[in-house]
Amino acid sequence: MLKMTNKKLILILALGAVASIVLYMLYDLNPAIFFYQIPSRAKRVAAIVIVGVAIAVSTVIFQTIVKNRILTPSIMGLDSVYVFIQTSMIFFGGASSAILLNSKANYFVSMVLLVIFTLFVFKFLFKFTKNNVFLLLLIGIILGTLFGNLATFMQMMISPEDFLILQNNLFGSFSAVDESLLWITGIIVLVSILFVLKDFNSLDVMSLGRDHAMNLGVNYDRKVSQLLVIIAVLVSAATALVGPMMFLGLLVVNIAHEVFSTYRHVYLIIGSAMISIITLVFGQMIIQFMFDGGVELSIIINLVGGLYFIYLMLRRSKI
Amino acid sequence: MIKVRDIAKSYGEKKVVDDVSLSIEKGKITSMIGPNGAGKSTVISMITRLLDKDSGEVLIEGDNIFTQPNNELAKKISILKQSNHLELKITVRELVSFGRYPYSKGRLKDEDHRVIDEAIEYMELEELEDRYIDELSGGQRQRAYIAMTIVQDTEYIFLDEPLNNLDMKHSVQIMQILRRLVREKNKTIIIVIHDINFASCYSDNIVALKNGKIAISGTKHEVIKKSILEEIYEMEINIQCIFGHNICIYFDDQIGDVTENDAKEYAQTVQHEQLRA
Ligand SMILES: Nc1ncnc2c1ncn2[C@@H]1O[C@H](COP(=O)(O)OP(=O)(O)OP(=O)(O)O)[C@@H](O)[C@H]1O
Ligand SMILES: [Mg+2]
Repeated sequence: MLKMTNKKLILILALGAVASIVLYMLYDLNPAIFFYQIPSRAKRVAAIVIVGVAIAVSTVIFQTIVKNRILTPSIMGLDSVYVFIQTSMIFFGGASSAILLNSKANYFVSMVLLVIFTLFVFKFLFKFTKNNVFLLLLIGIILGTLFGNLATFMQMMISPEDFLILQNNLFGSFSAVDESLLWITGIIVLVSILFVLKDFNSLDVMSLGRDHAMNLGVNYDRKVSQLLVIIAVLVSAATALVGPMMFLGLLVVNIAHEVFSTYRHVYLIIGSAMISIITLVFGQMIIQFMFDGGVELSIIINLVGGLYFIYLMLRRSKI
Repeated sequence: MIKVRDIAKSYGEKKVVDDVSLSIEKGKITSMIGPNGAGKSTVISMITRLLDKDSGEVLIEGDNIFTQPNNELAKKISILKQSNHLELKITVRELVSFGRYPYSKGRLKDEDHRVIDEAIEYMELEELEDRYIDELSGGQRQRAYIAMTIVQDTEYIFLDEPLNNLDMKHSVQIMQILRRLVREKNKTIIIVIHDINFASCYSDNIVALKNGKIAISGTKHEVIKKSILEEIYEMEINIQCIFGHNICIYFDDQIGDVTENDAKEYAQTVQHEQLRA
């Protein structure tokens, strides 16, 4: 393959993202329900772009901070906590509970709790483990398993009908997204990203590590705590909007690293955002047009992402 | 001038730096020597604000370094730590360019490129500049890091064991470059160094640390003395004047195979060479 410049690659990925969106919008349109199809598809595309960008940006920055390409906020237990929150709502409030059924209330409660959880994990555990990646991963897995098991335990005690209602909320999906929440999430993501852009070049310096970054005049510790808040907000907003997509971040950011082989965040962030959009749009096409909506998108993403995760682990252990 | 007053650091019960005070003279090379674990790296990290100190203060031209904005400080003080490990896809030139960050904030101007070219040439990295640093040898990588520090163009340059991994030729070259930086640009350089003869030949002042305390600090002539060094390193050290430099000849007299005769013969050879020159 010819060695392309990173700028060209970005352009190609951007074109790919636009092309996949156009393809999805126009695929197999039915003139009879045309006026229903277009807005409904447009809404999904909007959700895909917002979530895809949020997950990609937050994962790239997270990995710069922890200096590891396998850790992501979702893998650090965030997704299990989301499942736990959803299950608790039905367990304590019943299937008719206002929070569970009112998607706005559900969104805000989930988001606030997720941000609190993430900040707790980040702030305390980072200090506690002195940023030891293995210890962090281990604690992440333990927390994930703990909340996962608590959720499973509660799920066994609720009635089968309640469980069916709950199940709808446990898989990430772009099929039924509330429009006003879409706007809110969009604004949250936009504001967070503007904040990151404000001091964008310092991210490259931070990837050199704390000592070099401080030597070059970056206030590393303060920067890390600010960025961790941004990451927590981005991931929580995306998860509260569409549900957990465990391996999405891992998948797209690692593909971006393979494609670009650079340390520069301009390429890594824009690149993984584009890859993220392309992945989600194609995933959405597969479940919508091939499986007629019978499978949730997160299942496809996790299948591909999970396999890729195993591949990454195997390749690492070989080197 | 940098003045360090009573800085201290403990890990748990252990006081690894115990009320160290020293002043760093401007326009000079100061070497910091001492056994492994003496606290050299800890002292340097505290002076350059990489590590929080438990007590004491560091004054640069009379101002506390913590009252200064980070970015301004990065134009005055630079530090290269003892071990540097990066798992990044980054080329030598890109790494060296980072040294300009305090000035350019990531957007390099012509002036920046000129300084970068110069440092790359100084460090003989021209042929390696487009290589990824994880594909270099340890010494080549060390030279790239030193180039990055030089590019930062600060008044004070702290280097923690800069000769790590370098062969003799490049070690000498780097010391000559440091001397040139002092001579031509009036830089102030502080290096941690284990090779006592390099310290003796190339520095102006020497600070010796032992068990977290200053053992002695002074000009190199005051420090490079048999009795002083023997006490610091707890071994026999002989000093000979060769080409006007005090050279330490040290060997562990516990090792059986080095007999006294070997030692005498060695000393004679050295003298012989000296006479011949
Ligand atoms: N993070 C840490 N936690 C606990 N002890 C530490 C830590 N860092 C350093 N020490 C201890 O502090 C002492 C001084 O360490 P320092 O790295 O300053 O020594 P040094 O003089 O630079 O040695 P060397 O010549 O081997 O580089 C050592 O005994 C070391 O074990
Ligand atoms: Mg050291």
